[in-house]
Amino acid sequence: MTNPDLLIKGATLPDGSRADILIEGMQITAVGQGLSSASATTIDADGLVVLPGLVDLHTHLREPGYEQSETVLTGTQAAALGGFTSVFAMANTLPVADTAGVVEQVLRLGDEAGYATVRPIGAVTKGLEGLQLAELGAMANSRAAVRVFSDDGKCVFDPLIMRRALEYVKTFGGVIAQHAQEPRLTVDAQMNEGEVSARLGLAGWPAVAEESIIARDVLLAEHTGSRLHICHLSTAGSVDVIRWAKKRGINVTAEVTPHHLLLTDERAESYDARFKVNPPLRRAEDVMALRDALADGTIDIVATDHAPHPIESKDCEWGAAAFGMVGLESALAVVQTTMVETGLIGWADVARVLSETPARIGGLATHGQKIQPGIQAELVLVDPATRRNFGVEDLASLSHNSPYLGIELAGQVVATIHQGYLTTADRTVVAADVVAAQAEVVARG
Amino acid sequence: MKHLLSTRDVSREEAIQLLDIAEDMSAVNEREVKKLPALRGKTVVNLFFEDSTRTRISFEAAEKRLSADVINFAAKGSSVSKGESLKDTTQTLAAMGIDAVVIRHGASGAPQVLAQSGWIDAPVINAGDGTHEHPTQALLDAFTMRKRLHGAGSRGKGLDGVKVTIVGDILHSRVARSNVWLLQTLGAEVQLVAPPTLLPHAVDTWPVSVSYDLDHALAQSKPDVVMMLRIQQERMQDAFFPNEREYSNMWGLTQERFFSLPAKTMVMHPGPMNRGLEISSAAADSPQSTVLEQVANGVSVRMAALYMVLTGEREVTHD
Repeated sequence: MTNPDLLIKGATLPDGSRADILIEGMQITAVGQGLSSASATTIDADGLVVLPGLVDLHTHLREPGYEQSETVLTGTQAAALGGFTSVFAMANTLPVADTAGVVEQVLRLGDEAGYATVRPIGAVTKGLEGLQLAELGAMANSRAAVRVFSDDGKCVFDPLIMRRALEYVKTFGGVIAQHAQEPRLTVDAQMNEGEVSARLGLAGWPAVAEESIIARDVLLAEHTGSRLHICHLSTAGSVDVIRWAKKRGINVTAEVTPHHLLLTDERAESYDARFKVNPPLRRAEDVMALRDALADGTIDIVATDHAPHPIESKDCEWGAAAFGMVGLESALAVVQTTMVETGLIGWADVARVLSETPARIGGLATHGQKIQPGIQAELVLVDPATRRNFGVEDLASLSHNSPYLGIELAGQVVATIHQGYLTTADRTVVAADVVAAQAEVVARG
Repeated sequence: MKHLLSTRDVSREEAIQLLDIAEDMSAVNEREVKKLPALRGKTVVNLFFEDSTRTRISFEAAEKRLSADVINFAAKGSSVSKGESLKDTTQTLAAMGIDAVVIRHGASGAPQVLAQSGWIDAPVINAGDGTHEHPTQALLDAFTMRKRLHGAGSRGKGLDGVKVTIVGDILHSRVARSNVWLLQTLGAEVQLVAPPTLLPHAVDTWPVSVSYDLDHALAQSKPDVVMMLRIQQERMQDAFFPNEREYSNMWGLTQERFFSLPAKTMVMHPGPMNRGLEISSAAADSPQSTVLEQVANGVSVRMAALYMVLTGEREVTHD
């Protein structure tokens, strides 16, 4: 038994050329003009851009432990609606993903749901406590084959632990993804330290708390000859440090979130906790520096830091609210709005920063490939002409803590194809039972 | 004025109006029967998530003198612990038919969140939120300055050209923030003096001058008003300054510093004072000190604020 074949008619490839794409089973079997198939379901892609399925190196799926915020199923539905065909699930679950057992559980839940390739990220330290290395080798050698390790939410602060982690993961070609936040400089920090925090009386999260850790860690990566990835870069100063490190030949990659490309700390003036996030929204100058750095390649990728929280964690005073915002469903639209509409990058660059490079950093060979015959069918179709006021109806996540509600965004995902079958069709997430059944067909080979 | 959340939202006209109404209220407070029927039948809740006996009593006195029914709700720490949230507490009060909320909260912005939440459709008066603002304190400070400077001729006047030096923990002070905005609105010249560790990072964006050197600042600007801020006990442990002795020597209104001031310089303190730390007894107990007037004026100013948000009227109707 196989899943229905798909024929995409008249899509615009990232390079601007038009082509039909034939998908048989889980493979792309033909890319070219005037393709036809008697058996395939045809998708009219006139006016739509086709990209390799998006890969998010930074997602919080919350399961196990925080299923009131998100589950692997609902989180990957949000991914599918946002055009993602793979997500890397952060380790700060309950229990923490610091053993082979937890990462294998998350992997299995992702496979069963069938909406996206879920790659668990392993904790760097046991319980994210920053004191003792987690079972890095066991996670790497598990069925989940973990290659990305992160204590995200917390900084691997101890320089010796960081050094050891960077060295140790060389055993299996791993990478440490650092949440750069000097803890002592950010005690009780609530928002970017600057003019707005001074006025609002909210404790500041200074740029230097991020920049000093990044500076330390690129030097450690140089010293150990290891691979380092910096999560959610948020300041102009951090861009300067990364630019310097890359020029020096240090093996470092960096990510920026969609929200740091669009929103500034002035959003906090409303004390609306939907805008509370870590690292915090920064100044307009930082936003512009991050856009430029993404355009010139200093920043390698966009990753969502999708962080679902239940209503009660946001519908309260700022100081009591949780950090984080959902972002999978809106990421591509925010990138189009901030980077493509402004002429900073083209669609080939979008494919690079949201698919090819994150897949490479995460060691995910089946994703982020050039669209051609013979590759696994991981695709997204985007309608770049859509303009919409982003709303709750645009979310598939269990949580609705999006900062974009009521904000106009450009572009919308029309269809997402994972392993050769549709996970989003006609701008709507395909039903869970349909997707799970098709995933099972693929799994049986 | 629908709410009183921040002195940044208060125009010069509104501020002077409120201070003028407070003059009327002050006259009531000097009568034998210190009571007006203005808020008869209205219920005001004092919603205090943080201990503050002084502010709570001041509001309570103001509410009672306007004949409002008063409910005191001490919801200490309830939102941050696993107890009732700000939302639930407020909705409970809304269901009881509350006409106005006076809120003190440890989280900056909590009164604004309340006012724009839709949880309750009643005026909100900020009685101090985190390290954000304390607007009625700034208004009573302005009232006190104006009264000392202009006496019976205060009505209608701002504080144009009045030189005010605020000394101490600006970083964590809601009193300082509210004062900076209101004093600017009223035309005063504000100078802040503090150790650099206790100034906000972006203080250069504020409409003030800044100095680290108290002696120099006092000698140079010859302020009409010196306002000393309380140093909280917890600052001692967190490396903001080496110790109390050094703080007092460098930034306290010591006896020596006080005696070097011109005799007309007003000495203000929002209370409670740490005698011997930020202020010497010689200064606190001198005729130049306005500390007790500030307390008395606090009731009049809070009556005026309640009157304005609850009646929407701009003048007091005398009975």
